[in-house]
Amino acid sequence: MKIPLSRLAHARSGDKGDTSNIGIIAFNARHYPLLVREVTAERVKHFFTEMVKGKVERYELPNLGALNFLLHEALGGGGTLSLRIDAQGKTLGAALLRMEIEVAEEELN
Amino acid sequence: MIRIANGQGFWGDWLEAPVRLVEQGPIDYLALDYLAEITMSILQKQKEADPNLGYARDFPPLIARIERRLREREVKVVANAGGVNPISCAREVRRLAPSLKVAVVTGDDVFGRLDEFLAAGHAIKNMDTGEPLSTIRDRILSANAYIGAFPLAEALGAGADVVVVGRCTDTALSLAPMIHRFGWKLEEWDKLAAGTIAGHIVECGAQCTGGNCQVDWQNIPDMANIGYPIIEADHDGRFSITKHEGTGGRVSVDVIKEQLLYELGDPKSYITPDCVADFTSIELKDSGPDRVQVSGIRGAARPEMLKLSIAYSYGWKAIGTLVYSAPQALEKAKAADRIVRERLSQIGLKFEEIYTEFFGVNACHGPVAVSNPDPPEVQLRIGVRGQDRKAVDRFTRELIPLVLSGPPTGTGFGDGRPPAREVVAYWPALIPRELIRTSVQVVE
Repeated sequence: MKIPLSRLAHARSGDKGDTSNIGIIAFNARHYPLLVREVTAERVKHFFTEMVKGKVERYELPNLGALNFLLHEALGGGGTLSLRIDAQGKTLGAALLRMEIEVAEEELN
Repeated sequence: MIRIANGQGFWGDWLEAPVRLVEQGPIDYLALDYLAEITMSILQKQKEADPNLGYARDFPPLIARIERRLREREVKVVANAGGVNPISCAREVRRLAPSLKVAVVTGDDVFGRLDEFLAAGHAIKNMDTGEPLSTIRDRILSANAYIGAFPLAEALGAGADVVVVGRCTDTALSLAPMIHRFGWKLEEWDKLAAGTIAGHIVECGAQCTGGNCQVDWQNIPDMANIGYPIIEADHDGRFSITKHEGTGGRVSVDVIKEQLLYELGDPKSYITPDCVADFTSIELKDSGPDRVQVSGIRGAARPEMLKLSIAYSYGWKAIGTLVYSAPQALEKAKAADRIVRERLSQIGLKFEEIYTEFFGVNACHGPVAVSNPDPPEVQLRIGVRGQDRKAVDRFTRELIPLVLSGPPTGTGFGDGRPPAREVVAYWPALIPRELIRTSVQVVE
């Protein structure tokens, strides 16, 4: 079945220049492997389509049940150059939580 | 155990926060973070206009306001309020709060040394793009090396009540009191990493005590009186994060995890001048009401290179807005955008970028935003950026005429045309650490 990522995780996002970082954190540690399986760098890149012009990198923090994504060339130039209202990518974490992932019902227990 | 509080996450943060931290409970050190990358260039311009300025002007009056409490409770302050003129900042603190001993750390400001570095063969290339510094040499506004916690600890060791510094890392402000009080040495990488991660958690103020938190945000108590964070640090590198009793907000494992992930790159390699911290070694535990215990942290040797933060003049930008109401608010805003672009092109204005957002529709989430077929109102937001100030200025006159000469229901123009603003860009680079020599002086 398909569920939004927000069922299993919370997030915080920010910026480093033109790179946005999004931390995705499992509410429950036992769902962390589902995040690792479903929320790949490729899927995140695909989800944001033309908003992210560069590559997406993913880092794993199993100790926190969390994944850290770096979205390169994602903030319209970043910092002071960007013409966007969300030049710091503060809202991109909330956006990513709406991505749908595929899980089996028993995996949610 | 020592208590280190953070009362300012950036210049412009809540003015009451540091005052409440010294009044509402016990702390030993008050760390205040004033500097963002962009701030240094603004301060450099202020210093050029007046050689006595160029620092965070909120800071000396704050210290005057809490002077008596700092003295009574023996609280020491560590602040990067010095900007590009830490000595003038320290003198102003002395003038307004004469009972306190003030020390200043200098050596981070390399604005006047860039040619010396270039002549010695240091390329100071842009870390992201690889371009040589010569590309922007004549447009540089400020240049500072990020310095670490040891010079700040040295200032505390000199008996300072208030330590004023320019461009240090945000994490150094919290790590310095631990180095000073626990006598941590250069090669104790695990402890230095622990102090660095403690600093990372608190460096954004209330963002680790319930602010900007997604988990159960509606039920986080009394955000109007949110407590700013306090590190309770032990000599062995273990620490807890908490806040004063009776204050609002929340400290929990969920909240701390969010802040640990904030502005993080490679979690195994969080590089500072003091050490390289490993975020994958952190163990968190809820250890009481509004209290999280942090342990297990590992670190590695500090890098041979320090980061330089160079600001330079890039060009100009302006952002203008107009609001359209339903029905067909989005269609009207899109029509207005087409008209503006056609008019700009007819008068031959060229920009590096013209960027349009429809606020209320897709400004934050772009193509990922949930669609609303007929929003009650939409704000058209058009931005331009370019090297030519005249072209950017001319753009600022193109929006308001649409109220009479474009689609119906245009409004929201009461503040007049938008200003053209100078764009100051940021040039990250590396420099061998031995070239940066810091010094500590007590200000009389």
